[in-house]
Amino acid sequence: MANFYTDTPELKFHLNHPLMKRIVELKERGYANAAEFDFAPADFDDAMDSYDKVLDVVGEICGDIIAPNAEGVDHEGPVCANGRVTYASGTSVNLDATRKAGLCGVNMPYRYGGLNFPTVPYLMAADMVSRADAGFENLWGLQDCAETIYEFADDDQKQRYIPRICQGETMSMDLTEPDAGSDLQSVMLKATFSEADNCWYLNGVKRFITNGDADIHLVLARSEEGTRDGRGLSMFIYDKRNGGVTVRRIENKMGIKGSPTCELVFRNAKAELCGSRKLGLIKYVMSLMNGARLGIAAQSVGLSQAAYNEALSYARDREQFGHSIIEFSAISEMLTTMKAKLDANRTILYETARFVDMYKTLEDIAKERKLTPEERNECKEYNRKADAFTPLAKGLGSEFANQNAYDCIQVHGGSGFMKDYTCERLYRDARITSIYEGTTQLQVVAATRYATTGFYLTMMKEYAAQPVSADLKPMHDAIDRMTAEYEETIAYVMGKESQEFIELHARRMVEMAGYTIMAYLLMLDANRDAMFRQSAEVFLKFARTQNALRALFIKESDVADIDTFKVK
Amino acid sequence: MKGLKIIVLAKQVPDTRNIGKDAMKEDGTVNRAALPAIFNPEDLNALEQALKLKEQFAGTEITMLTMGPGRANEILREGLYRGADNGILLTDRAFAGADTLATSYALSCAIRRIKDFDVIICGRQAIDGDTAQVGPQVAEKLDIPQITYAEEIVSADDKKIRIKRRLERGVEIVEGSYPLLITVNGSADACRPRNAKRLMKYKKATGRSERAGNEALEQLAAQKPYLNISEWTVNDIECDPNQLGLAGSPTKVKQIENIVFQAKEAKVFGSTDSEIDGLMKELIANHTIG
Repeated sequence: MANFYTDTPELKFHLNHPLMKRIVELKERGYANAAEFDFAPADFDDAMDSYDKVLDVVGEICGDIIAPNAEGVDHEGPVCANGRVTYASGTSVNLDATRKAGLCGVNMPYRYGGLNFPTVPYLMAADMVSRADAGFENLWGLQDCAETIYEFADDDQKQRYIPRICQGETMSMDLTEPDAGSDLQSVMLKATFSEADNCWYLNGVKRFITNGDADIHLVLARSEEGTRDGRGLSMFIYDKRNGGVTVRRIENKMGIKGSPTCELVFRNAKAELCGSRKLGLIKYVMSLMNGARLGIAAQSVGLSQAAYNEALSYARDREQFGHSIIEFSAISEMLTTMKAKLDANRTILYETARFVDMYKTLEDIAKERKLTPEERNECKEYNRKADAFTPLAKGLGSEFANQNAYDCIQVHGGSGFMKDYTCERLYRDARITSIYEGTTQLQVVAATRYATTGFYLTMMKEYAAQPVSADLKPMHDAIDRMTAEYEETIAYVMGKESQEFIELHARRMVEMAGYTIMAYLLMLDANRDAMFRQSAEVFLKFARTQNALRALFIKESDVADIDTFKVK
Repeated sequence: MKGLKIIVLAKQVPDTRNIGKDAMKEDGTVNRAALPAIFNPEDLNALEQALKLKEQFAGTEITMLTMGPGRANEILREGLYRGADNGILLTDRAFAGADTLATSYALSCAIRRIKDFDVIICGRQAIDGDTAQVGPQVAEKLDIPQITYAEEIVSADDKKIRIKRRLERGVEIVEGSYPLLITVNGSADACRPRNAKRLMKYKKATGRSERAGNEALEQLAAQKPYLNISEWTVNDIECDPNQLGLAGSPTKVKQIENIVFQAKEAKVFGSTDSEIDGLMKELIANHTIG
């Protein structure tokens, strides 16, 4: 009898952000949908009430069904036989519950049978599902792929596929191959067009495919014979009903064991081209990835929350030396730091989600009517903010999730090392978040340009300009000093005029930017609600010292260090 | 086969699963204000069985019927969110203070007014009284067969319904013909979750008593009839007022005691005549029986 929505008031706080008014109005096209769909909201309050109520349902399913099933799913895992995957029994129960609750196609438009939710409440659901069972989030969250079909497929394909996804059919994105992991330009799976059958056929192997036996697949394949780079790749839709793809094996993973990771064999699998030829990697995968990365950021937040809750409840119960261990400062500091990292990750996640909502909804409206010049600028500006913040939310957030899972075990002491407590599963599950959908190192690559071009600095100054109450003034001043330190550090790196020197310190620069931005966001949260005050203070102490460390490292470094860190 | 007409009987109950010190009032009655009002758990199991039949047979219609104050509309909305087609609240001061006999009488009168039904499904018992009497009494009053302790509807066709019953020492499978009443055990499948679209559609469904004085809600219910939950008073059903409410209730609560069972109080008796004799004497001596 747990509800993951009502027991975490932080979610409702982020749902009620002032920018939501604008987002929902755009998303609901000025509430014109209510006339046509009996469940569409009639005004802003109605919409927010619906999000709140639906999230309450998600919270209940997470607390009463998905979380209690998580341990069994972790032990049982999926099975591969005769080329097909059977989920663990608990996974099937979870899927049935989310389908009956109609939590599929959550952000798809009404006309395809979706709920037309903005990204913000959708990711809140992902946040809770991940807290309940991070592995299940992968299956449920792959409904994200519908967005690629919605954005790039033709009308006929949208009509045929999106309603099926809204009915609960599952998806997969088949990108990785044995020789194409982070480097997707090397994808070799072959797509050939048959003039006789007037359709495409796929042949080859994909590896590490999450939910590889899904009903509907998005497949990245080489459609241009003789090419070797990303420009020869196109995106395809494969429908399991047509056959041609078998699962050769499923991987035996360290964590997220309920989520089947498949090796797929394509043998003359009939497929449809999605969008235009040659844009598969350079346009569609990039778009798909940004959505998926935000999903992993939400997964990281959910895992962090689970780790914090487990550690907190153990620390309260466990007595040593005649006291609950929570009374010892070493434990208490660990817990408050975990909570601060959790809150920091969550605030940047929903900030990014709002940016995504703003630009994606405006882009969608642009298909129906011409945007005004102001709207066009707005769209561009939010798109840039979303692109700049996504790698911070995912990259730094997934590292926090790992740190929190580690500390969760530490709080449990010897018991944490046993298989008896949830914390060991969280530790294993969290480990993948900083690897898949682009490793932390690749998130740094994506974020570096926003550090070097001054974009993050602009954002810091934007946050600094927002008024806060007088009691937060010392905090504000301290973060401003971090901004100054960051600015100096970046200037120092840029002064060396060396790309290699930038690369050497890229992670340090990006982390400094991320920590400063998170510190501002938490301060602004604390300004709206006192429940964030402690996390804002704790995070500031953490961030200031972490940044100072990085600033020192960088300022004492010279181009000679490029060589110092080369493996010889 | 054609769709079935199903009536699900449900009750809003105080959540007695997590009770605090203030759960009982001085006079020994339940302090309803201190306990959250919830959908009686086994009635949710009953609703799930009805929803499974609806999935199986197109055209099936599920009507929920409950008796209680205006706020009992909450569980009717809950039912709509989960897939019921409509709800009826039986509400009147004349029904107040009813024991199981008066309750089953009022419910059976309401069902006579609904008239057209194939199956009545309800939970085995409610967690506030634990009597398990209302379902069987309704069946008796309507003079229809009843199958109690159902755990699963094994199959159904246009003539018969086959049911697995959960009994003390195992299960049995029985058949019944329509119309009939089924009481469902807590061991049956849990009810499916609320559905997002139905929740957004029906969240503004209200009964007359809830709308009183609220212009906006009145307007909404007038525009969209599916947002109106039927409320029936004593005037809407044919009944004998003497059999309703407190007047129609022979049950009188003499005293309520708070008992905490403790394992150490357990005692083992053998099966010899003298030991059973000793047990009986002890039970009579402490007034447990007799």
